[in-house]
Amino acid sequence: MNKIFETPLYAYDRSPDQDASTPVRHKVIVIGAGPIGLTAAIDLAQRGVEVVVLDENDKVSFGSRAICFSQRTLDIADRLGGGKPMVDTGVQWDAGKVFFDNRKVYEFNLQPEKGYGNPAFINLQQYHLERILVDRIRALQAEGAPVEIRGRNKVEAIGTHDDHVKLEVETPEGPYNVEADWLVACDGAHSPTRRMLGLDFDGRVFEDNFLIADVVMEADFPTERWFWFDPPFNRGQSALLHKQPDNVWRIDLQLGWDIDKEREKRPENVIPRLKQMLGEDVEFDLEWVSIYTFQCRRMERFRYGRVLFAGDSAHQVSPFGARGANSGIQDTDNLCWKLKLVIDGQAPELLLDSYSRERVQAADENISMSTRSTDFITPKSEMSRLLRDAVLDLSEHYDFARPLVNSGRLSAPCTYTGSSLNSADALNGPDITRPGSACPDAPLGDAFLLPKLAGKFTLLTIDADAPDSLEEDGVVAKRLALSVKDDPTLDLKRRYLGDATSAVYLIRPDQHVAARRDNFEENAFRQAIRRATGKE
Amino acid sequence: MTDLILTPNLDSADDFYAGLLTAHEGLDRAESDALNARLVLVLANHIGDAEVLSQALKAARLQDN
Repeated sequence: MNKIFETPLYAYDRSPDQDASTPVRHKVIVIGAGPIGLTAAIDLAQRGVEVVVLDENDKVSFGSRAICFSQRTLDIADRLGGGKPMVDTGVQWDAGKVFFDNRKVYEFNLQPEKGYGNPAFINLQQYHLERILVDRIRALQAEGAPVEIRGRNKVEAIGTHDDHVKLEVETPEGPYNVEADWLVACDGAHSPTRRMLGLDFDGRVFEDNFLIADVVMEADFPTERWFWFDPPFNRGQSALLHKQPDNVWRIDLQLGWDIDKEREKRPENVIPRLKQMLGEDVEFDLEWVSIYTFQCRRMERFRYGRVLFAGDSAHQVSPFGARGANSGIQDTDNLCWKLKLVIDGQAPELLLDSYSRERVQAADENISMSTRSTDFITPKSEMSRLLRDAVLDLSEHYDFARPLVNSGRLSAPCTYTGSSLNSADALNGPDITRPGSACPDAPLGDAFLLPKLAGKFTLLTIDADAPDSLEEDGVVAKRLALSVKDDPTLDLKRRYLGDATSAVYLIRPDQHVAARRDNFEENAFRQAIRRATGKE
Repeated sequence: MTDLILTPNLDSADDFYAGLLTAHEGLDRAESDALNARLVLVLANHIGDAEVLSQALKAARLQDN
């Protein structure tokens, strides 16, 4: 067994809060030290916001769990100081095979689109990500950043008030009380916070079970993604094989809803199936087997007064398309800059309602996308199966049918169309950078664009004039002056100008476009900053 | 914007129809259903235009715009 599962990563340590005569008040408490909670803590700490993370455990999560991290997550992780170790540790792949029934219908080789600093995605076990994020928190602490993780601190009760929350926390040395101005609940699909506050978690669009196995193979097995539709070893369901670091292969077997979990998990039932997938002669060790149950659903809102929900605590989707951890990390990306402005008195609390609106929109998009994948993978009617099988049969013979094969569409960032933070589009520019969009990367000689958008408001000018900075009611947007000449590959022009000859973009701290027009018009951009901070 | 053609447009209507029947000869119901499904997908890809396809879906449901 892998040692990483046994060694405490943030061991219990008595906090002075436990000996305080009156409860200590923190700026922000995050519940949950998974990828989402840790990401939130890093983002807040980097912004100088004092934050304490509480987790009932003290180790990384057990088994590989979330394993596919998208380009947007890597771009966010770059800003948080974790992108490079993720890419260095992770596995990149571009080849795959698709099987239907007992035959291979086609192979593919994704040619990665050029002109981005990060790969389209990497495979990386969740425990590696958690370790990378905890390392980053340790580095921030060494620099004096106000961030702390408390292991084996289990929140037992929550009291909500207009301007703070009170928590009762259980530890190995007994309970203590602590307070926070703001609470961020990143405590997973079974969120105790949600339950303690009596909030519902509606949806149940569909439900399913997956048997997930981590298999160690020393053999020279290719770095490819293999996906089976309706294979002989898992009739009527799907199966997926893909590679993780350290010669660990991840196998996902869809099981359907009505199953005997204990029976399915037994090695004598798992191993024969794996042999059918991998081939009789392939030697492997079974490192971890788990059955994962999900339902597609979300909370009605992600903000309830001083309590904010992020990640699986707020929304759950099917695993097709890697939309769980990736969307949770985008939640914190959306939330933390807003929370910082509200805490500093530079934006009204109302701004946090836009967190809920924008990320509810993203959750609905993710649920819709993964529902489409599920409808393809497990057809719900006779005609749906007929059409699905027709697509797969055609895909064996003709290229045109392959884009219709839906084994999960890789998570792409949500465009916040219609968000109250957007200003009207005033540039005849490309659709992919319209207000609400996440900025696509672009090469700038030896460097890339996104790392230059430093987590603050930016006034990006391309062949346009503007002052070096614009301050509106305490919020500063610093100028980043570029020219189409900075990128001989013309990706910058294609992605940000289109047919326009110049452009000025107001970019939010989470790298989403707030406003754009062809030139700098001071009043328009002052108003855009006000809108983007919830003041209009 | 291209509109779905709902006036006679086949080069040779009778030949096409005969060809369609011939394609189904000797197939059982499930095989015929599968052939029709593949045919729909092949033709849809040839058309490509989302607006025309959307009009075609309406027309096939006998819904007037």
